[in-house]
Amino acid sequence: MSKYQVNEKGYYGKFGGAYIPEMLYPNVEELRQEYLKIMNDPDFQAEFDQLMRDYVGRPSPLYLAERLSERYGANVYLKREDLNHTGAHKINNTIGQILLAQRLGKKRIIAETGAGQHGVATATVCALKGLECVVYMGAIDIKRQAPNVARMKMMGATVVAAESGSKTLKDATNEALRDWINNPVDTHYIIGSVVGPHPYPDMVARFQSIISSEAKQQLLDKKGKLPDYVMACVGGGSNAIGMFYHFLEDESVQLIAAEAAGKGIRSGHSAATSVLGKEGVLHGSRTILMQTPDGQVIEPYSISAGLDYPGIGPQHAFLHENKRVKYVSITDDEAMQAGLLLTRLEGIIPAIESAHALAQLEKMKFEKDDDIILCLSGRGDKDLDNYMNYFSF
Amino acid sequence: MNRLAQLFNNKKDKNILSIYFTAGYPHLNNTLDIAEGLEKAGADFLEIGFPYSDPLADGPVIQHSSQVALQNGMTLEVLFEQLKELRKRVSIPVYLMGYFNTVYQYGVERFCKSCAEVGVDGAIIPDLPMYEYEELYEDIFKSNGISNVFLVSPQTTDDRVRKIDSLSTDFIYLLSSSATTGKDLKVSDERLSYFQRIKALNLNNRIVIGFGISNHDNFKQAAGAADAAIIGSAFVRQLESDDYLQRIPEFIRSIKEG
Repeated sequence: MSKYQVNEKGYYGKFGGAYIPEMLYPNVEELRQEYLKIMNDPDFQAEFDQLMRDYVGRPSPLYLAERLSERYGANVYLKREDLNHTGAHKINNTIGQILLAQRLGKKRIIAETGAGQHGVATATVCALKGLECVVYMGAIDIKRQAPNVARMKMMGATVVAAESGSKTLKDATNEALRDWINNPVDTHYIIGSVVGPHPYPDMVARFQSIISSEAKQQLLDKKGKLPDYVMACVGGGSNAIGMFYHFLEDESVQLIAAEAAGKGIRSGHSAATSVLGKEGVLHGSRTILMQTPDGQVIEPYSISAGLDYPGIGPQHAFLHENKRVKYVSITDDEAMQAGLLLTRLEGIIPAIESAHALAQLEKMKFEKDDDIILCLSGRGDKDLDNYMNYFSF
Repeated sequence: MNRLAQLFNNKKDKNILSIYFTAGYPHLNNTLDIAEGLEKAGADFLEIGFPYSDPLADGPVIQHSSQVALQNGMTLEVLFEQLKELRKRVSIPVYLMGYFNTVYQYGVERFCKSCAEVGVDGAIIPDLPMYEYEELYEDIFKSNGISNVFLVSPQTTDDRVRKIDSLSTDFIYLLSSSATTGKDLKVSDERLSYFQRIKALNLNNRIVIGFGISNHDNFKQAAGAADAAIIGSAFVRQLESDDYLQRIPEFIRSIKEG
């Protein structure tokens, strides 16, 4: 067993576990007992692989971005998760979990969503499999993300506004957990990131690990070597875990995760959990989260709705603590400039989330032969309004 | 003998009522006024909630009270300061109820010591799982004489109920159904058979039913099926009106006598 992966008790070092009320225990326990069995079943794997290939469009390309490479004096490869069906890496996980839910005999699917990408990916697989779908979304986010709300509704999902607390992602997560408490038998909760009680962080990481298993092979095929750097953005952290997963044991590979500093780490409007957070319990796992001294969760801020989460997944907390991954902070401004730069140099409009990882390139010094793999986790179509307003196009 | 055991020894009728309210709601400094009012009105024991920003086992009423309490400035520090006078004004058993992160930040050992100092009998922490409690915290609770109360839901298996029973010291909090707080309880055959299933296990601890109890009828049914019943949201709703302290006696009477 890898020292960076979850142990049999559901922990990564001291992080993880399942801090859940008794009402959720049977659901989570059923999942814990079944998820590896189901995922290792050849029929499951065949169906998962087939959908990944024919429906999602995998493998996603590993693209050598030549003009970007020229700028940074190194080889920058983009792992093109933005080319997946629905436009981001989120679909890798929802395909996996819908197949798992079917095998558990569940009839109804619930999910939380912030910007709506995970909600859309969940509504998509529910339409694909004909399962009822309810997506919880903060009332404020519903207003901010109208196109994604429309996509979910068109696919037959019910979008429920979370009116509690700050009415954003963390409250949508609370509402989804409350729904699950009230519907313990027939419902499966598709969590969208590597957060939540064990086994969710491990399960989601395994579904997303397809990103790094492909990328590692793709670079080997092109260059016959491992990359020097692997980079990704982190909100809850699912694309980053997916991008790092198969490189964790390759200690020569430097892993870098970009968090959202918002308007600046000390501005009071930030989501830089690794800097501002403290150990605690959030949404069922022990991790690092932004909180007041008496343990109340602080509402994060980022221009990117997908990074706007007050915690990071427990595996990230562990990788931060043992320094296997370097966590850096990127402001709104840095991310927006990096998004525009990629658009102008490569003709690719990135999601603002992914632009945080791109912005880190500006801050690093590379050797000429360095190979960098950067996870382009999603496309920027959903962010056009944001970009237009920011740059006054 | 602890306060809860004494209560059950002294009271032979099947009419034991516990009331939950959120500390700091509707006003920061009324915690002991409400507790004292409840004892005088005939409540048999109390759960005092300490607020958390993300109370995921709670419905809208207790969410709202928690949010207001936090805005009012309630924290565990403030609460324990207020509770220094607890045993001068209140003699019935008192349990604190809230979520683990707030306890964790306060310090679990410090929390137990503070409870013991002010005369709180135990804690109900819905998201502190049995495994963690047993591995990390049981010794701390026990050495401070603080009871940790676990929840049991209709989906909890018999084996797990027995395990919970072995770790409990005062009572087991039997959830009337798998639901968040504040839903209206309808007593059905299915529910009665669940209560009977738990009773048939002959547990060492008292069984107290909570969640969804809001009126005389479902109080009588729940208290009759177990050792006592807890009312939370229905009482917290009373606190919305300005004359809430005056309303307490009538509320308790309406629950107990109908």
